[in-house]
Order: sequence, then structure tokens, then C-alpha cells
Amino acid sequence: MMNRNILKREIPLAIKGIGKLRPYQGSNIEEQRGIVSNSFSGKSKLGHDLEQAIVATGLKDGMTVSFHHHFRNGDYIVNMVMAAIARLGIKDITLASSSLSSVHAPLIEQIRQGVVTRIETSGIRGELAEAISNGLLELPVIIRSHGGRARAIESGQLVIDVAFLGVSSCDRYGNANGFSGKSVCGSLGYAMVDADYAKRVVLITDNVVDYPNLPISISQTKVDLVVQVAEVGDPQGIMSGATRLTNNPRELLIARQAARFIDLAGYLTDGFAMQTGSGGASLAVTSFLRELMKKKKITASFALGGITQQLVDLHQEGLVDNLFDTQSFDLRTAQSLCRNPHHYEIDASFYANPFNKGCLVDRLDFVILSALEVDLDFNVNVITGSDGVIMGASGGHCDTAAGANLSIVVAPLLRGRIPTIIERVNTIVTPGQTIDVIITDRGTAVNPLRRELIERVIDARFPLCTIEELKEKAEQITGKPRPIEYGDRVVGLVEYRDGTIIDIIRQVK
Amino acid sequence: MYVPGNNPGLLKDAHIYGADALMFDLEDSVSLQEKDTARFLVFNALLSIDYEGTETVVRVNSLETPYGRDDFEAIVRAKPDTIRLPKTEEAEEVKEADLLIGEIEGKAGIELGTIKLMAALESARGIVNAYDIATASPRLVALALGAEDFVADIKTSRSSEGCELLFARSQVLIAARAARLFALDTVFSDLKDQAAFAREVEYIKQLGFDGKSVLHPRQVETVHRIYTPTRTEIEQARRIITAMQEAEQKGAGVISLDQQMIDKPIVERAQRVLALAEATGMNKEDGGR
Repeated sequence: MMNRNILKREIPLAIKGIGKLRPYQGSNIEEQRGIVSNSFSGKSKLGHDLEQAIVATGLKDGMTVSFHHHFRNGDYIVNMVMAAIARLGIKDITLASSSLSSVHAPLIEQIRQGVVTRIETSGIRGELAEAISNGLLELPVIIRSHGGRARAIESGQLVIDVAFLGVSSCDRYGNANGFSGKSVCGSLGYAMVDADYAKRVVLITDNVVDYPNLPISISQTKVDLVVQVAEVGDPQGIMSGATRLTNNPRELLIARQAARFIDLAGYLTDGFAMQTGSGGASLAVTSFLRELMKKKKITASFALGGITQQLVDLHQEGLVDNLFDTQSFDLRTAQSLCRNPHHYEIDASFYANPFNKGCLVDRLDFVILSALEVDLDFNVNVITGSDGVIMGASGGHCDTAAGANLSIVVAPLLRGRIPTIIERVNTIVTPGQTIDVIITDRGTAVNPLRRELIERVIDARFPLCTIEELKEKAEQITGKPRPIEYGDRVVGLVEYRDGTIIDIIRQVK
Repeated sequence: MYVPGNNPGLLKDAHIYGADALMFDLEDSVSLQEKDTARFLVFNALLSIDYEGTETVVRVNSLETPYGRDDFEAIVRAKPDTIRLPKTEEAEEVKEADLLIGEIEGKAGIELGTIKLMAALESARGIVNAYDIATASPRLVALALGAEDFVADIKTSRSSEGCELLFARSQVLIAARAARLFALDTVFSDLKDQAAFAREVEYIKQLGFDGKSVLHPRQVETVHRIYTPTRTEIEQARRIITAMQEAEQKGAGVISLDQQMIDKPIVERAQRVLALAEATGMNKEDGGR
């Protein structure tokens, strides 16, 4: 049986072994493309305002929208988009952001109005976090690590209908990066996964540039629409990563001990790989490591994760050969990402997805991590405060702890009157099995599971104590904290990186 | 290291930075409204916090102030190692403090003489009377110079070279040595200028001081570094002591090492180097503690 296509050529209906054939119907292929661009292929994707863009994506009640948190506490996108969705009368939305900050408190109202009914995120802070801990949402919020989120998206566990991704620069056809413009955020590592997998991708920018916008972090091949707005964020808040080097003697003390520990434990050898993170003590570790590296005349193969200007300095000094950047914490880092070819932007899956064919955290020799609480089994809580209220983020904590050969938690033994080492953490985010050592201002305890590590550092005359002794020291000053009273309702599910539930968070009383 | 007595956050674990002694201050770093608070906090800190062997000193208010007596009554009962008398000008003040401490020790059932004294000389009169003060009480273990008040008293200010302090430093040191007490130098206030601080520590070490008061944890390491003998110094000191021991065994009157005569002062200096090495953990490369 034959068919004629539009050019009157005879085309068989089907061929055995190949299957049905579709006859050519003309060069206008718009209908088959399935994208929502307002104009013909090759032209601008600009032209919609935000509400028109939302309508054009076909967003409906019950769908899932996603965002990234590269604008940190300076982000305008989440509030702007959710307000537009609310104005359009769309309800029952699942909000899947790579993380949420205190700037997102307006979501409380949208949850009350039924616009948002589910949240999936790495972290929540501020009033929104408090409201959720007090039972604002009917369904528990799902807390995922950065690697876990990439896994959930790639595996289809988290299906994103529309990704609304703020970018600091973008051309009319959807090539975007975070290095230029007035709202620079550097790496778009978390957003890249959403762009790859969301059914519809809307880029939102305050800086439309000439085509083509190079370098490309998110390419036109992934993007349905580009929306121009006055501002995507507050530059002050975007770069509030607080990456100045600390003067705090306590943090310096902890950092110095951490650097010594890494060295004496034998992890500071030529070609090592590290993640040091941001925050006072972590940043200071970087500067102590620098001294040790120069003294030992060694270089690192790569530094990973959230990249700071301290790491950029090390890279430019030739002490760290490569930087893999999922998140840039300051302006100098963002500029370096654009300029230094071996400062490389990576997506969250490459960073930490445990189920792809090889993520970078698995190549780490050591990682420096923080903690709100650590318990006698070395389980770590980075999500709920001592009052049981959600206040932090899972981040890459459990991913890097599992991947790195040596995972080090640095924390002061006491914060004000609150002990860090306690009998049982409020919420487990990272299992103690993957934590090797906790370094505090009052002593260092190695996980008894790491017997050979204990022997190695004792041989090198590094003073150790047990985690029970640390708890004892803390309680000598604070007394034993009373357990928190929780209600029955589950307000949060904490996923381990593989998608299993490692703990739940209950409503606070 | 000075620790303001009204700051619980610092009181709770000030020993972690490695200072050899902590000096909880009830005097000049505490405002008048906070005097009671500080006394109460330091009293309780001394009784309840384990400073893990770090020496504890409390700088009380002078007995001439309305707070001095209450300070002694509380602090002696909390049993710090030492009480520091501020702005000491006369031997009488030391004797008065000695008697008062003895009285409180008696009432509190503390063995007489347990609490030691350190006198801070902070005025022209104090410096002039240094030796009398140094020999005024068997409780005295150290003399210290307080330079800020002293330079005001002699109508000048502190310079980076410290020429205005040379006489006072020498006087404190000589008086302390004559009375077999420790001599401690004054604080250096510019926390940002670590290089100038290090120069001053080198200088007072050369003058002969046993140590220096510091204001901030970051100054501790510098003092330790400068006071820690080098490996070569330790090695040489060990050889001198060995040579001396061998000479003693042989009954030789004259000790010699590398064709040089070793006399008593050299042996004493070697002993001092080894004592310092012991106190500082002997290992400079480790960065101290």
C-alpha cells in the first residue's frame, strides 16, 4: 500500500521490520514541535509578560513548578511567579525549588489560599519554615539533598511541569548564564537539571543581551520562553554568601585543628580533591590548608561544590588545578567562572546524584561539613533547630559525607546555651555511618567505626577524645537539654540521597 | 590572657586558646554597673567550670574602692590560684590584702596561704617602691607592669619603641628577680598589628621577663612561639646538662664542652631552656598546642 506525501512522492504506509512511516506534510513543522514559543523557530522567544508566559506553558491546577536558589536570599523569582500564578487563579501547585530562603515568606499566604499545596526543597528558612513547622501545610514538605533532588528529577520521581528559572543574562532565544548582568549569581548548577528535565522551561531575566549569549550555561535547546522583568533579584542578597574570612578566634581554632587533622590523617597528598564549603570555620580551613600545601609543595586536583573566592585564589595561585562549581558564593567567584577555563560549571547531577554513572562527590578525599547537632552515633542534623523548628537546609551534606573518603564535621561545642553534641539529634539528615570525625573547639572525636583513622592520628599525636566526652563537656556548662515536645502531625519528610526516608519532622507544640 | 569577668560567653571556656594563665578581670574592663554581675559570674565560673589545669588569676578591684572588699570575700572562697592586686603603690597594700585573704581563708576553711598574690605596678610610686612591694608578703609570686596607667602617670604615652617604659620594665624585672618572683610584662593593645606585637614580645623576652599579659586569643600563639626554645637551643641545653652531670660523676671541678668552660650561669640558663621546652611541649613545628 502506498501513500502520497505533499510533494506527491509515493511513500509506503509501512515497511516490515521498520514499522509505520509518516509522510512529509510540509516544512512548517510548528505543530509537531510541541514547544510553546510564540513565534516561528529561529526567532525570539521573548514577548510574553509573566502571566502570558504562564498561560502559554499550559500550567494547570495540580501541576508542579520548579525554581533554583542561586539568588539565595536576594531572590525575586519565586515570589514573583507564585504571585502571577495566584492571580491567574491556578491552585494546588507543587512547588519544587532547589532551596528556599527567608525571603520567601510570602508563600505563607499562597499556601493559605490553596495556591501551593506541596513543597519539595533542600531547605527552608525564616517565617515560612516556622509556619510549616507549625503545621501550615496539609502535606509534609519533602526535604532532599542536592544530589537527591537531581536523582529524583532524572528518575522521574519528581516530574516538573514548568521550570521558572531566573538568569542574570539571556539572549532572545534562550541562551543563558549567571555571570553577567546586574544580578550575577555565577554557576547555574541547580537550574541546569531543571532545564534538562522540565516539560516546559521559562527563563526570567532582567538582562536581555545580543545573540548569542556566550558562554552558555542553559542553552536554547531547553528553553520554551524568555520573560524580561525589571529585576530578578537583589544583588546584595544574591551575594550574601558571607564569604569573608573570619576573625572569630573560636572558628579559627576549630579550622586550624581541622587542617592539622586532615594533614596528620594522611589526606593531604599531592593531587587530592576537597570540598570545604562556606561559613566561618570552613573558609578558615581553606586558608590553613593553603599554608600546609605550600609547605608540603603539593597541589590539589580539584575543589568541588559551593565555590568561594578563597578557593578561586588557591586556583589562581596554582595550588588547586580545577574548580567544579555548582554554586558560586561571591562575585569574584562568578567572575572567575567566566574567565578561568579550569573553573568549570557543573550541574547538580554531576555534583552529587548517587544514581548517575559517576558523580563528583565520590571522588572527594575530604569534605568539611557543618552541623546544628551531632549525636552519639555521629548522626548529623542540619535541618531543625534545638527548638525542633525547621531552620536550615540539607544541601550537599549527606551526598558529600557519603562520597568523600574523609568527612569532617566542624562545629562549636556550644552555641550560646545550646549544646551541639547531644544524645539524639532532633532530625537525622546525614547518617553517622558516613561521618568520620567531629572537630569542636573543645576537642575532636573520631567515629569508632574508623578504627584505622583513630590509630593513624593517635600515632601522629593528635589529641582525641570520645564523642561521649564532648557531650559531657557541653552538659557540664549547659545541663542536659529537655527533649522537645512535638505534636503527632508529620510536617516534613527527610529523604536520604537515594530517595528513602531517613527521618521525619513533626509539628512543634 | 585577660578575660572580662562580665562576659559569660568568654568565661565558659577561655582556656581553649592555650593561654598559660587566665586572668578574670573584675576591675577596669568591667563598668561600675556590672561590678556585682562580674563578681558573681567569676565566682561561679571558678567553682563550676573545669579549666583543665590552666592557671586561674582574678584581678580584683583595689581595696580602696567600694568593690574591693566584696571582691576578696567572694573570690577567695572560689579559690583561684592567684589574686592580682591592681595599681599597687605601697608594700602596705600587699600586707593588707595578705591579711584579708588569710582571714577569709580561715573563715572558709581553706588552708592558710593557699591563694597566691600578684602585684601590678601601674604608677610612678609603684615603680619606685617595687622592691618593698615585692618583698611584702610570702603570698607574692609575681610582679607585673601595667603600662597604660603608668604612662599617663608619668605624663607621656606609649610609643612603638617603648622607650618610656624602659625604666619601669627594668625596675619591675630587677625587683622581681631580687625577690625571686616572676616578672610579667604589660599588654599590647593594637590587636591588628601582629608584627609589632611580635617585636615587643622578642624585646621583653630579651629584657628577661617570664611572660606577657595578652588581650586576645590570637596573641597567645605569638608569645608561645617566641618563648618556645628552638630545637638547636634545646639540643645545646641537653648537651650542657649532660656535660655537667658527667663532670659531677667524675668529680671534676671544671665542666667543659666543645673546649669551652661551662660555668654556673650557663648551666642555669640551660636548665631554664629545658624547663621552657617542657612547658611549651618542646615542639615548635607543631605550632604549640
